[in-house]
Amino acid sequence: MTFESAAGLYNYWIVIFLMMTGFYIVLARKNLIKSVIGLNVFQTSVFLLYVTMGKVTGGTAPIVPPEIAAAQAHAAHGAEHGETVVNTASQIIYSNPLPSVLMLTAIVVGIATTALALALVVRIREDYGTVDEERILELDRGE
Amino acid sequence: VIDAIFAHLPVLLIVLPLLAAPCCVLVGNARAAYLIALVVSVLTFSCSAALLSETLQHGVISYEIGDWAPPYGIEYRVDVFSGFVMAFVSGIGAIVLLYAPLSVQAEIPASKHYLFYATYLLCLTGLLGMCVTGDLFNVFVFLEISSLSAYALISLGRTRRAPLAAFQYLILGSIGATFILIGIGLLYQMTGTLNMADIAVRLPHEHGPRTILVAFAFLTTGLCVKMAVFPLHTWLPNAYTYAPTVVTCFIAATATKVSVYAFVRLIYGIITPGFAFDVLPLDTELMFFSLVGIFIASIAAIYQDNVKRLLAYSSVAQIGYMLLGIAMATPTGLSGGIVHMFNHALIKGGLFMVVGCFALRLGSVQLSDWKGAGRTMPWTATAWVIGGLGLIGVPLTAGFISKWLLLTSAFEAGRWSIALLMLLSSLLAVVYVWRVVETLFFSEPSATAATATEAPLRMLIPTYILIGATLVFGVWTPYSAGIAHAAALALLGGNP
Repeated sequence: MTFESAAGLYNYWIVIFLMMTGFYIVLARKNLIKSVIGLNVFQTSVFLLYVTMGKVTGGTAPIVPPEIAAAQAHAAHGAEHGETVVNTASQIIYSNPLPSVLMLTAIVVGIATTALALALVVRIREDYGTVDEERILELDRGE
Repeated sequence: VIDAIFAHLPVLLIVLPLLAAPCCVLVGNARAAYLIALVVSVLTFSCSAALLSETLQHGVISYEIGDWAPPYGIEYRVDVFSGFVMAFVSGIGAIVLLYAPLSVQAEIPASKHYLFYATYLLCLTGLLGMCVTGDLFNVFVFLEISSLSAYALISLGRTRRAPLAAFQYLILGSIGATFILIGIGLLYQMTGTLNMADIAVRLPHEHGPRTILVAFAFLTTGLCVKMAVFPLHTWLPNAYTYAPTVVTCFIAATATKVSVYAFVRLIYGIITPGFAFDVLPLDTELMFFSLVGIFIASIAAIYQDNVKRLLAYSSVAQIGYMLLGIAMATPTGLSGGIVHMFNHALIKGGLFMVVGCFALRLGSVQLSDWKGAGRTMPWTATAWVIGGLGLIGVPLTAGFISKWLLLTSAFEAGRWSIALLMLLSSLLAVVYVWRVVETLFFSEPSATAATATEAPLRMLIPTYILIGATLVFGVWTPYSAGIAHAAALALLGGNP
């Protein structure tokens, strides 16, 4: 792999870096809140992975520009000018919107997970008085 | 009208419990919420039973959500395999609810009862959704619905360890689910579609690019966390032990089985066994981890004093048998694995119900507190004996049917060592089941056990429905092993 092709995939490098960082935080941190943060970083890297795979080089957001939409309405009435605009409209390259839309769902799931995890941490802290996993396990052994 | 309802059965199965859950929250009253949950779960069971009989007679049912044709729209797809899994998951969901009220009163604070029933329905929705959908991203969404509600249900346990167990499960479960999400994304990148049947057609199998390998690895690892395959099972013992007993009954009987279902779909429906087992050596690896898991978890079960933890370790071991069947990739082996999903759901659900009965009367799930309880609670204790025999795989019980199929398949394939190890591992089950039987019947009753009365009928009857079913399906198999065989043939024949 040449330097250029490696640098051209910079978005994937970011994804991998975030993914490994998040994964490491989840596994290595003993503080419950920090594990939740790690989990969030980990999930965010996947959002980026999806968004980046939907991007088409030179592609724009998959929304018909308003002027073209208006011209299309004209074209329906047989206006000459409208025809050419509609023809240029079919030349526009759009990015794939589906992965981004999927990620909307995944973000919602991620928020729900985070909310539930934090709610559990609140209860754990009420019961144990700490959010440090090793301290909690010590308290349990001491029972 | 009836025809219209029948046409929409696949989606009603999801919509009914999904809409009933907020209703439970809105009424805000434990009794009303319970009634809603019970009625809806029975309706859901009828839906899935109707769907199963329909697929058995007329083949695969495909339902287009919102009339958008697949592969662009989301497709719900019921075949014999998914129909079978949905039928027993929703059936056990209904029976556990029938059993629930007294145990819930004893183990969950009264102010949270209606929320418990709402969450229970959501969990059921997620599990059924994973079975019915033909869309890969949908599988992820339903997996998260069922998992999130399972974490919440587990955290309702009485002790302070319950929220901690739920948290640990949440962290591992979310990592698993995110792995699955990565795998789905990579498959989408390769094929441009999320419809499972469509992916299977478009995926370049032989010498395909490395992306497919990576996608398959992520999906397998993620699902193995969810199935609690050894050594990724660490969340399971704590979660099963500290959750309220009703929750353990339901989750132990259904949640891991549905993940096994998703795994079978992945291997046989999308990746094809040719790729997983011939190009990759996944079958040898699965068999290795299954057997190691069976032995280590069974030995761990022998040394537990907490009966819930004992059964939890036994669950880890039993998952191993299902995976053995899946890894064999022969009609007999695969149907053995599938029918063991069903049989084990009955047996483990029934046994945890027995634990719930003892917990209600003796106030403890420690084996040392159960001494001599068999004399004062003979019916409950007998249910343990029958369920335990099923777990071991004694003839005339359901456990025997699945183990027999697995053994036959191992012999057919000439894998004598695996057959021998399976027989040996059953002896370990004898040990841990016998420890409890011995404590129940052959120890001097403790003070609490001597004054304990038989469990109430409202709990005993559902317990005996499940335990009785293990006996019925031990001798009469057209609707267990028969359907599993048809499902296995369809899975093996569908993607040559």
